[in-house]
Amino acid sequence: MKIHEFQGKALLRQAGISVPAGVAAKTPDEAAAAFDQLGGKLAVVKAQIHAGGRGKGTIKDNPSQRGVELVKTREDAKRVAAALLGKELVTIQTGPEGKMVQQVLVEAGCDIDRELYLGIVVDRACSLPVLMVSNEGGMNIEEVAAETPEKIFLEPFHPADGLQSYQVRKLCHRLGIKGDSIRSAEKLMKGLCKLFVDLDCSIVEVNPLVVTKQGDLMALDAKINFDDNAMFRHKDLAELRDLSEEDPAEVRAGNAGLSYVQLEGNIGCLVNGAGLAMSTMDLVKLHGGQPANFLDVGGGAQVDQVTEAFRILLGDKNVKAVLVNIFGGIMRCTTIANAILEAYKQVDFNVPLVVRLEGTEVEEGRKILANSGIKVIAAEGLTDAAKKVVAAAGAA
Amino acid sequence: MSILVDKNTRVICQGITGKAGEFHSKNCLEYGTKMVAGVTPGRGGQSVLGLPVYDTVVEAVEKDGAEATMIFVPAPFTADAILEAADAGIKLIVAITEGVPVLDMARVYARLKADYPHVRLVGPNCPGVITAGECKIGIMPGYIHKRGKVGVMSRSGTLTYEAVWQLTGLGLGQTTCVGLGGDPIVGTSFIDVLGMFQEDPETEAIIMMGEIGGTAEEEAAAFVKANVTKPVAAFIAGRTAPPGKRMGHAGAIISGGKGTAAEKVAALHDAGIEVAESPADMGEAVVRAIKRAGK
Repeated sequence: MKIHEFQGKALLRQAGISVPAGVAAKTPDEAAAAFDQLGGKLAVVKAQIHAGGRGKGTIKDNPSQRGVELVKTREDAKRVAAALLGKELVTIQTGPEGKMVQQVLVEAGCDIDRELYLGIVVDRACSLPVLMVSNEGGMNIEEVAAETPEKIFLEPFHPADGLQSYQVRKLCHRLGIKGDSIRSAEKLMKGLCKLFVDLDCSIVEVNPLVVTKQGDLMALDAKINFDDNAMFRHKDLAELRDLSEEDPAEVRAGNAGLSYVQLEGNIGCLVNGAGLAMSTMDLVKLHGGQPANFLDVGGGAQVDQVTEAFRILLGDKNVKAVLVNIFGGIMRCTTIANAILEAYKQVDFNVPLVVRLEGTEVEEGRKILANSGIKVIAAEGLTDAAKKVVAAAGAA
Repeated sequence: MSILVDKNTRVICQGITGKAGEFHSKNCLEYGTKMVAGVTPGRGGQSVLGLPVYDTVVEAVEKDGAEATMIFVPAPFTADAILEAADAGIKLIVAITEGVPVLDMARVYARLKADYPHVRLVGPNCPGVITAGECKIGIMPGYIHKRGKVGVMSRSGTLTYEAVWQLTGLGLGQTTCVGLGGDPIVGTSFIDVLGMFQEDPETEAIIMMGEIGGTAEEEAAAFVKANVTKPVAAFIAGRTAPPGKRMGHAGAIISGGKGTAAEKVAALHDAGIEVAESPADMGEAVVRAIKRAGK
C-alpha cells in the first residue's frame, strides 16, 4: 500500500524524525493560509500524488508548471496551488496520462548545505532489510545504482536488533558527515530503520535527505509503502489509503481476493497461479496477440470470486476475446466450469471465450462445460489455446 | 534415490483441522505419503483422517517420530509455526501458506540460519515437494507425476504442474519436484536444490522455472556454470510484465530496472542452459538439453 508524502511525514514526525513544518491543502485559499501559518517567509508547494519525479514533472496542459515550486508570498502560494490542484501531473513514473493532483503540501523552506539519498528495502540477496545511503541526493537513484553503484553505501540490519551505532558511524564516514552532525544522523537513521520494521514497510525512501546549514539532518521527502500482507496488524494505517490514486479495476479485484494488473492489449486472461498467469501473457504475445491484463484467481477462489473476475475482464472495453487457462491444483476445474456457467447467467458475454482446463477434476469440469450448451471454444494445451484466442480476437 | 523426501519420510500437517489442511492431507495420504499426525493448537486429542491431532509439534516428534511438516496455518501465525517445527527437531519444513509478512520471514530466516542450520525450510507461498510415486508434501495434483530422471524446481506452483505435465506427456518422468515459492524471502533457493540434484545419482537432468524479480535465476545460472555437470533446461515467466507492478507473487516485480526476464534469460544462455522460449516448450527444452549433452 502506498501513501502520500504528507502522510509519510506525519508518521516520521510521530517517530521523532526531523521533517520540515508543513500543512496539507485542498484549495488555493487553504494553501495561502498554510503559507501564513508557516511564518509567511519562504515555502515550498508540493503536489501530492502516488508517484515520484514530481519536481521534474509538469502539468499536462501547462508544461511550464512543475509539480514542486518554491514560493515567497501568500499570493504565490495560492497561484501555484491553483495551477496544480485538479490538474494532471505527468512525471517519469505516472505514464503520459498523468495523475490528478487533489492535495498539495505547503512546507517551510530550510537552509540546505548538502543533499543526500536514503532508502530502506528488504534485500532479497541477504534476506534482511538494508539501509542504503548516497551522496547523490535529489538524483534519480536508479540511474546512480546502474551507472555508479560504488556511490551507494549499504548496511543490512536485523529486524529485531535494528541498525547499530557502529553502522551509523561507518555510513557517516563514507558520506563525509562529521562532528555534531553524526549525532543527528544516528537519531534519524536509527529512527527510520525502526519505523521500517515497526510499521512493516516495504520501502522507506527519503530523497533528498538534507544536511542543513546548522548541521542537522532532515527528511525533505518521504516515500513510504507498506507490506500488504502485514496490514492485518496495522489497522490504523488502513485509513491512510487513497483509493482515488489506484486503478479502479485493480481495487475491485483486490476486494474480491484476486490479483489483477491492467495492461494495454485486447485479450483478457483468467489464470490460476501467478507464474502460469505471467506465462499465459507471454504466450499470447508470442503468438502475435496482446494481453489486456494479468489476472490470477489464486488457489482457493470460489465461484463468486471467479464470476467477479469475469465481470472485471468483460468490463474492459478493449477486451475482444478471453482466454481461461487453468491448471488445477488447489483450484478444481469443476469450480472454474461452474463459475463460467454462473458468469454466463449474470454477465453479458459479448466476446469469444477460449477455455483450456487441466489438472484436478478436469474431466468433470470439461463435461460441465460441454453439457451446458454455452458457446465455449475448447483448447488442448497451451499453444492451441494461444492460437485460438489470438485468432478469435483478430476476427472479432 | 531422490532428494528431500521418500516413501519412509514421516510427515505431519500443521493446521490439519483447517479446510485446506484437511483436504490436502487427505490427498497426500491417498498419494502414499507416510503421514503420521496433525497439529493444531487447542485441538489436541482429536483425530482427523484417522491421524492423531496434537497441540504441539514436539508431541508429534516424541510420539510418532515426525521428520517433516506441511504447514497450512494462516499467514499471521506461519512464522511461529515454522520456528516451532524447527525447535521440535523437524528436519524438513514445507510452508504452503501464502501472504506471510516479509519481515516475519526475515526474522525466521535469520533465526533458522543461526540456531537451526540443519533444518531445511521450503517456501512459504509454495506448492510443496513431491518425490514421484513415493511422497507428496503439498498441494500439487499427484496424478500428473511419473517416476523418472528429471529433477524439477520452480518459483511458481501451477507453472510447475504445467512443466511436469509436459514432461510426463513426453515420457520423461521425474525424481523430485520442489516448489520454492513466490515470496521475496524463501527458505530454499535454486542453488540449494541444484546442489542436491547434482549429488543425486538418480537425477539425470534438471529443469528450473523462474520468473521476474530478484536475482535468484542469475545466481542459479552462475552456480550451474561452475558446479553442475548434468543437462539443465529453464523457463522464465514474465517477459511481457510491465515494470513496477507486482505480478501476483509478492516477489515478482521489476524494480529499478532490475529483475527483468531478458537479464535472466541472458544469464541462463551464458551458462549453457537450454531456455524454453514458450511455456508450451518446457518439456521439449529438457529433451533438447539431454540431447545436447549427448546422453
